[in-house]
Amino acid sequence: MSGPTGDETLETLVREREIIVCCGSGGVGKTTTAAVIALQAAEAGRKAVVVTIDPAKRLADALGLDGLTNEPSRIDGDFPGELSAMMLDTKSTFDDLVGAHASDDEQRRRILDNSFYRNISGALSGTQEYMAMEKLYELHDGRNSGKHDFDLIVIDTPPTRNALDFLEAPSRLTRFLDHRLYKIMTAPNRGVLKAVNMAAQTFVRSIAKVVGADVIDDAIAFFQAFDGMEQGFKDRATKVEELLRADDTAFVLVASPRRDTMDEATFFAEKLAEGGIPVRSLVINRMHPNFADGLAEATRERANSLDGQAIGDLYRNLADFQLVSSREEDHLAELAETVAPAPVVRVPFLRSDVHDLDGLREIETYLR
Amino acid sequence: MKPTEYFAASRLLIVAGKGGVGKTVVTAALARAAAMAGRSSLIVEVEGKSGLPRMFGHPELGYDELVLHKGGGTDGHAEVTARTITPDAALIEYLEDHGLSRISKRLVSSGALDIVATAAPGIRDILVLGKVKQLQRSAAADVIILDAPAAGHAITFLRSARGLMDAVKVGPINTQAKDVLELLEDHDACQVLLVTLPEETPVNELVETAFSLEDQVGVGLGPVVVNGLYEDYPGLGEPAAKAAEDADVSLLAGEAEALDEAAEFRRHRIALQADQVDRLSEQLPLPQLTMPFLFQSEIGPDELDRLARAMLVGIEALDVDLTLGEGS
Repeated sequence: MSGPTGDETLETLVREREIIVCCGSGGVGKTTTAAVIALQAAEAGRKAVVVTIDPAKRLADALGLDGLTNEPSRIDGDFPGELSAMMLDTKSTFDDLVGAHASDDEQRRRILDNSFYRNISGALSGTQEYMAMEKLYELHDGRNSGKHDFDLIVIDTPPTRNALDFLEAPSRLTRFLDHRLYKIMTAPNRGVLKAVNMAAQTFVRSIAKVVGADVIDDAIAFFQAFDGMEQGFKDRATKVEELLRADDTAFVLVASPRRDTMDEATFFAEKLAEGGIPVRSLVINRMHPNFADGLAEATRERANSLDGQAIGDLYRNLADFQLVSSREEDHLAELAETVAPAPVVRVPFLRSDVHDLDGLREIETYLR
Repeated sequence: MKPTEYFAASRLLIVAGKGGVGKTVVTAALARAAAMAGRSSLIVEVEGKSGLPRMFGHPELGYDELVLHKGGGTDGHAEVTARTITPDAALIEYLEDHGLSRISKRLVSSGALDIVATAAPGIRDILVLGKVKQLQRSAAADVIILDAPAAGHAITFLRSARGLMDAVKVGPINTQAKDVLELLEDHDACQVLLVTLPEETPVNELVETAFSLEDQVGVGLGPVVVNGLYEDYPGLGEPAAKAAEDADVSLLAGEAEALDEAAEFRRHRIALQADQVDRLSEQLPLPQLTMPFLFQSEIGPDELDRLARAMLVGIEALDVDLTLGEGS
């Protein structure tokens, strides 16, 4: 068993684990971090794949790819291992899952053609999270079937505010698919259940009054078509959850040093801990550089005493960076305590945006 | 343009942008700027917990409705209030208003809410927007500022009205969707302000979002807010050793290097930011409001006032024709 000991660096995780999940709130550089981790593994001689679900195709930019498909594609580069990348396509992943569990082609088709089903991938909260996990499982399991042979799968996650949303996504969806209400809605209207059904149908009619009968009919047709597949989905969800909790899986929390995103990251780490999952490493992107020791206040006083002269401006600028840097370290200290003993990796504010492998390599030097 | 005109009566400003660009700070600064111009504002949040109250010096708490800044003082500032409208709460309130309070409870307890929301995607969004429209109609404040959902949800959120009108052809939800669409398309009453950082990826995403919103939603786009610009200091181009000599001060060992490195870093970032701002102007013919980067890294009432004043300066400089009515 490998609890975080504090001496297990991010680099160790990259060399030894099979799955790394990059999580955190939106806009903190999660996608880039995931790509850098996969690159680092490839440079260490491993076969790595990074799965992103960010619709802005940021990873594609960083890796110099024009577009990503729902299957991994190899990226050429000068490293001993292999690097592949893919962008999650929620809908086609779900379609494949339905195909895998449907008893025959007719059932599959009836589900895929249903408009309620088409809404699930776009509108049901948690679907994207679940499909990310499903893709992870598929890539990991591909080693057994010979379809894939990745040593390390790095997965970027949707910008979820609550970590549990994402851990619970598989079971939430299966609960949804196994919904009691649909059983009532679709059960034959006779026998001892008749009274229950009458009440339920009154309820359904009330809903239909608000959202329209067509909409409800589609929902019922979907649940009817889905009948019999719940168990397959449930079993799969259990396996996905086991994989997330496996010893070979490590969660890396990504944050930026702003107060609000640090607070969100702390909340995220606490929720992960509630779910029994430790953060193995904390990556803080875009830390401002500090150019001199000492207190910002002292430097600012000196700047004020030299106001109106170039040297005053130079001191004022230095004080700005001393201030922002010390504030960032303060915010970080709280978060670091929450995830202790997980090591903290600081990635400085870079001089330019990342758009290619070299840009990723520059960040990589900080991830050791 | 006069800030009092910009924050004109019963106007809805929708602040949208990707995660991490400072959407909530911009929302707060706009509200504070309106208050300084003597217009009362109501901030509507849809995502629950945020750092908003703390920016106004309030302890961070969950809230339904909260006065963030009292108006009516000698400074002539107006009031800033905030309230959260969560989608589930909006749906339940809606059902209760339509004489369906009995099923609203059951919808929640049976978990059927998820089914309804999936059956008619966008229903939660449309009810939030419907509630906002109701607030606007009841003149809850001079100006209502909506902190829209983050990430890619802004487009989905604002498109919900059109999408639902196709999915639900009759009934109260259809009426609601029509009502909301009417508000969104009324460029005098409603404006979307997109927020970005002066960096490559956020600028690209903003341009994409702007075109999608105009094409798919038909909303009026207000000025773009560029957040986090480094302010320039005139003396940064001077080598520290020479600047010290000129001022007749002596530097400690290593100090000149630190001052030079810091100055070089800032100058480099300022140049990069300027490139991105130029690129944004080229790709998107919308006026820009800029907000400075604050090295304090935490926004309290003093910092917020600074940002609000920057906002007011920007609004004063806006060309009336560019920001209102058919101009966009």
